[in-house]
Amino acid sequence: MSAVDVLIRLVYLAAAGCFVIGLHLMNSPGTARHGNRVSGLGMAAAVAATLLLLIDSGTVTTTGWIVLGLGILIGAAAGLYSARSVRMTAMPQLVSLFNAVGGGAAALVGAHDFLRFGGAGGELTVAATVAVALDILIGAVAFAGSLVASGKLQGWVPSQPMLLPGRAVLNTALAAIAVAAAGLLVAGRVEVTALTVLVVASLVLGVLTVLAIGGADMPVVVSLLNACTGVAVAMAGFVIENTMLIIAGALVGASGGILTKLMADAMNRSLTAILIGGFGTGDDARGRTTGEERGIQTIEADDAAIRLAYANRVIVVPGYGLAAARAQNELHELAEVLRSGGVRVDYAIHPVAGRMPGHMNVLLAEAKVPYAQMREMGEINPEFPRADVALVIGANDVTNPAARRPGTAISGMPILDVDRAESVLVIKRSMGHGYAGIDNELYTDARTRMFLADAKSALETLTASVKTLVR
Amino acid sequence: MSPELLTDLTIFLLSVLVGFEVISKVPATLHTPLMSAANAIHGVVLVGAMVIALSAQTPLGYALALLAAVFAAMNVVGGYVVTDRMLRMFRRPAERAATVDGARESRARPQSGDASPEEAGEGRS
Repeated sequence: MSAVDVLIRLVYLAAAGCFVIGLHLMNSPGTARHGNRVSGLGMAAAVAATLLLLIDSGTVTTTGWIVLGLGILIGAAAGLYSARSVRMTAMPQLVSLFNAVGGGAAALVGAHDFLRFGGAGGELTVAATVAVALDILIGAVAFAGSLVASGKLQGWVPSQPMLLPGRAVLNTALAAIAVAAAGLLVAGRVEVTALTVLVVASLVLGVLTVLAIGGADMPVVVSLLNACTGVAVAMAGFVIENTMLIIAGALVGASGGILTKLMADAMNRSLTAILIGGFGTGDDARGRTTGEERGIQTIEADDAAIRLAYANRVIVVPGYGLAAARAQNELHELAEVLRSGGVRVDYAIHPVAGRMPGHMNVLLAEAKVPYAQMREMGEINPEFPRADVALVIGANDVTNPAARRPGTAISGMPILDVDRAESVLVIKRSMGHGYAGIDNELYTDARTRMFLADAKSALETLTASVKTLVR
Repeated sequence: MSPELLTDLTIFLLSVLVGFEVISKVPATLHTPLMSAANAIHGVVLVGAMVIALSAQTPLGYALALLAAVFAAMNVVGGYVVTDRMLRMFRRPAERAATVDGARESRARPQSGDASPEEAGEGRS
């Protein structure tokens, strides 16, 4: 091992350390940004060391340098531009897109290595070929699945679950084909054909699996696919014998796995049920009905404004609908007007509010809501009985008291105790269901008033009315 | 099974365990930034994309290397920048006001009862 090799290995080791420390610093909001920078520093060092490796090896052709330089330039520019220009509400689909390209890159690394060194009489060991097959399978599923997930979050792909007839059989067949192709690859038979079949079957499997899942489950799916990409990267590390890739990939695989489980638990959904799909649209748009049925009581903007302006304490419960209507700035303005009138306002954040865990915190922080006003579920729940008004905006299942009873679709799901507030004001686009597809008993409660409107326009109207009351 | 493979498997398993330990302590508020940060870290596949350029010699090889480089570079650069943007939201209000980041950022609103992110974070973990 030459001195340069040793140096490169040591830098890789340091980079892996930076990734672990960086993730560890993400434990607290105060150090999180620093953590991301530590991890970024490790990444920069790793790329610089690899550049040294390429120069030192001297086998890269001129075309190779041009291809690499051009590729990195294009990719970096696209990444930088999209990351800088994206609105924070559209951020989940961008993360999903970045995850897609990461998975794609991992699969390409495996495919290239196999085409170059694999096959009968090639230099790849059986273990490396197994890693290639897993890399391509997982990477391609993550690539195709994340693209569809991104499209669903963006609204380019319908968020309703798309259920093909006999899709269970179809998916099983696709998985069997992919596994068979992977087996042929490892056995060293008809390599290129097997590789092509493996890639195509994995891509189709990724698309079909995610298409069948409703929009509300997308966060869990994105998180799971993120973990998949991590595993694919680790497999790519096995293929090209790079321990840093193995460490980083395994770290992300584990983190994505934990995060996925936490998210699924918070929504009281089993991961298996989500992956089987066909459940939940996540959008309340369908089934717009008038307020007469189901015994709900509606309210006009002026009455709602009076209730808010003369309250001592208001707890705001923001949900998916607020994120969808991009109304967080309007919400903050209303809260500020109320606070200037002496009303105490807090935000109750359910763990899965918004489109991803913690997404609501990011959205509210972007609208300059102080971190101290965002209260987590366990902390705010005991305070609902002392609140005069609970203002629910676009949140549904996380407020449904039916979750406390056994035998319903959401039984056992942790909820915000909105129904224990003195009165409840619900701003909602329509009377449609949440992703669980059941009626929300909160809406028919005698103390609840419904304000059926788009969150953004409703909040603007409310703010205007409250302003005339608060002087 | 070669010694190298055994070493790699050991590293893989231990890294998975480290990942579980490091992650399970993160508060829910930071889950989205965390997902994004983890997403940026798997952009390390850029190193893999660079390594395959070492051996690329055919047009197909170059095409695969180019695509891999574009994808990986987008993942890594975009991932870190978007994570940083998210985490910038969690700074102290005073700090946020001090930075000129667009017209809206500079409109500082002093408020009573603001805690620093550290103070606010401690009571909740």
